[in-house]
Amino acid sequence: MIRLFKVKEKQREAAENNNGRAPVKKQSPGELRLNKDISELNLPQTTKISFPNGKDELMNFEVSIRPDEGYYRSGKFEFTFQVSPTYPHEAPKVKCKTKVYHPNIDLEGNVCLNILREDWKPVLNINTVIYGLNYLFTHPNHEDPLNHEAAAVLRDNPKTFEANVRRAMSGGYVGNNTFSRCIY
Amino acid sequence: MANPDFESNARWRDLDKLLLRPGNLVNENFEPGPQLRSDLQEYARVLVVGAGGLGCELLKDFALSGFRNLEVIDMDRIEVTNLNRQFLFRLQDVGRPKAEVAAQRVMERVSGVNIVPHFCRIEDKEVEFYNDFNIIALGLDSIEARSYINAVACSFLEYDSEDNPIQETMKPMVDGGTEGFKGHARVIMPGVTPCFECTIWLFPPQVKFPLCTLAETPRTAAHCIEYAHLIKWDEVNSGKAFDADDPEHMQWIYSEATKRAELFGIPGVTYSLTQGVVKNIIPAIASTNAIISAACALEALKLATGCSKTLSNYLTYNGLEGLHTKVTEFFKDKDCLVCGPGVLLELDTSITLQKFIELVEEHPKLLLAKASVTHRGKNLYMQAPPVLEEMTRSNLNLPLYDLMDKTPKDVIHITGMVSKNDKKTSCLRKLRVVFKGVDVVTEMDTAGGA
Ligand SMILES: [Zn+2]
Repeated sequence: MIRLFKVKEKQREAAENNNGRAPVKKQSPGELRLNKDISELNLPQTTKISFPNGKDELMNFEVSIRPDEGYYRSGKFEFTFQVSPTYPHEAPKVKCKTKVYHPNIDLEGNVCLNILREDWKPVLNINTVIYGLNYLFTHPNHEDPLNHEAAAVLRDNPKTFEANVRRAMSGGYVGNNTFSRCIY
Repeated sequence: MANPDFESNARWRDLDKLLLRPGNLVNENFEPGPQLRSDLQEYARVLVVGAGGLGCELLKDFALSGFRNLEVIDMDRIEVTNLNRQFLFRLQDVGRPKAEVAAQRVMERVSGVNIVPHFCRIEDKEVEFYNDFNIIALGLDSIEARSYINAVACSFLEYDSEDNPIQETMKPMVDGGTEGFKGHARVIMPGVTPCFECTIWLFPPQVKFPLCTLAETPRTAAHCIEYAHLIKWDEVNSGKAFDADDPEHMQWIYSEATKRAELFGIPGVTYSLTQGVVKNIIPAIASTNAIISAACALEALKLATGCSKTLSNYLTYNGLEGLHTKVTEFFKDKDCLVCGPGVLLELDTSITLQKFIELVEEHPKLLLAKASVTHRGKNLYMQAPPVLEEMTRSNLNLPLYDLMDKTPKDVIHITGMVSKNDKKTSCLRKLRVVFKGVDVVTEMDTAGGA
């Protein structure tokens, strides 16, 4: 019960002395949880993270991955992360900004990683996602393709696939698609 | 002013039966008498969040239950598809703000009630706006919005030095939700009953189809629609943001989804299904809304007057197979970051952030190693990653009091590692920080100098 007579008194008081409290900047539970994830990041050697909006805006950040083995060795791939206020109830939204020839990443940057969609669980965190992305580069997989041309080549002819990846990463054509150089 | 004779008798006869007579199942502070109704009418201020299916019902129910000071907030405009259940709206209202039309219609119908509409997003209002109400009623369809209002309402809650919630700072909420034949109504009394965040697990995460299924092996009409929405849109309209409220965009998704469905021989793609899938619209049934809103309005009346004990604390209604309704008492998470008290720390204004981090490490209730510290969205110190550690390192030698903009008492959050039985786990804790001597100084100043 809210005790209306108290409300009465309070309104009278409020009219008399207007001692408002400091304006509150709202921090959602999602932001707090994300802060925790970020403060505990333990990134692999291959990965760098940056916060384009400064140290107090962590909900949008960028991750770059430079695989040190496999088909994508020496390439540099940039990802954007968008985290919603209902994180970790919802998975972060991840896009690959670098155009890449990859069976599980389409040419628009959509990423097919199970933990970003159907297998996301609130106990997972940003670190898990980053490790998942690293894994995609060391273990591209033809069974769950987003880019099915690339997937078919990987399945039927790994040598050609390797050559295609190299060509794409050096800034060339694969089929009708042109790629920008991402080997530095 | 309304006719006093009419006001004083016949109209409120039924409400008066609840408010004039003592009873056994009433709240312990219930004081029956004629004053109660006039206080309810004069002083109780209720905010209705959402003017959709539930919001329309809530406004009507509150107005007819004796509440007179109502406000309603909603960012949407009326669409044709709302008219089947959002009964305050007419065809000629399409395109007008829901909050404004709903307020106007209920005021026309129920004399004496005053409803102030707010046509904006809930985040657009200052936090203090929400403190002005005695009860906040939620008629929302998103977890995000509920979580936001919950955090705002809980931010007013204060605890005394024994970690007991202070009653005057509690901002009660009644929350309704429906999905087809199912619904829930709950009472949230911050600090007493679980808040929305304590029980977030009650909400199942949204179904997200695997992207590769959408791209490769669609099996349902929804898969085709999501393909057009999530993959095809970006492919074709590179860089242009998709707007679910733009009919042209929706039409585009619909036609792309239709093409894809034809290609794979999948039936069932319609424009309304497209809207439903893309905007995640859940089928709404007018009567379920009415039942749930009625329960919420009654709880609000009980909260305001004490004429009966309130629902404790979560009612589910299921009309899917026969009818089943049940009340479950959920419990608070005592370490809830939103509604819990947090650990109280009294500090000197001179303590540096570095010393504070050491103190947190040794504090018997915390024992938190490698703490990162956040105050109202400002990261004062971050242990990782190195790029943030570097940016915040210079704060370590500064007084915490200054870093907190000389706020005499406030909440801060820390994350760090705790050791339990030789196992290290990470955790996130809420602290209530009070600086010693700060309030006293202010009082002496105002007492007249010397
Ligand atoms: Zn809580």
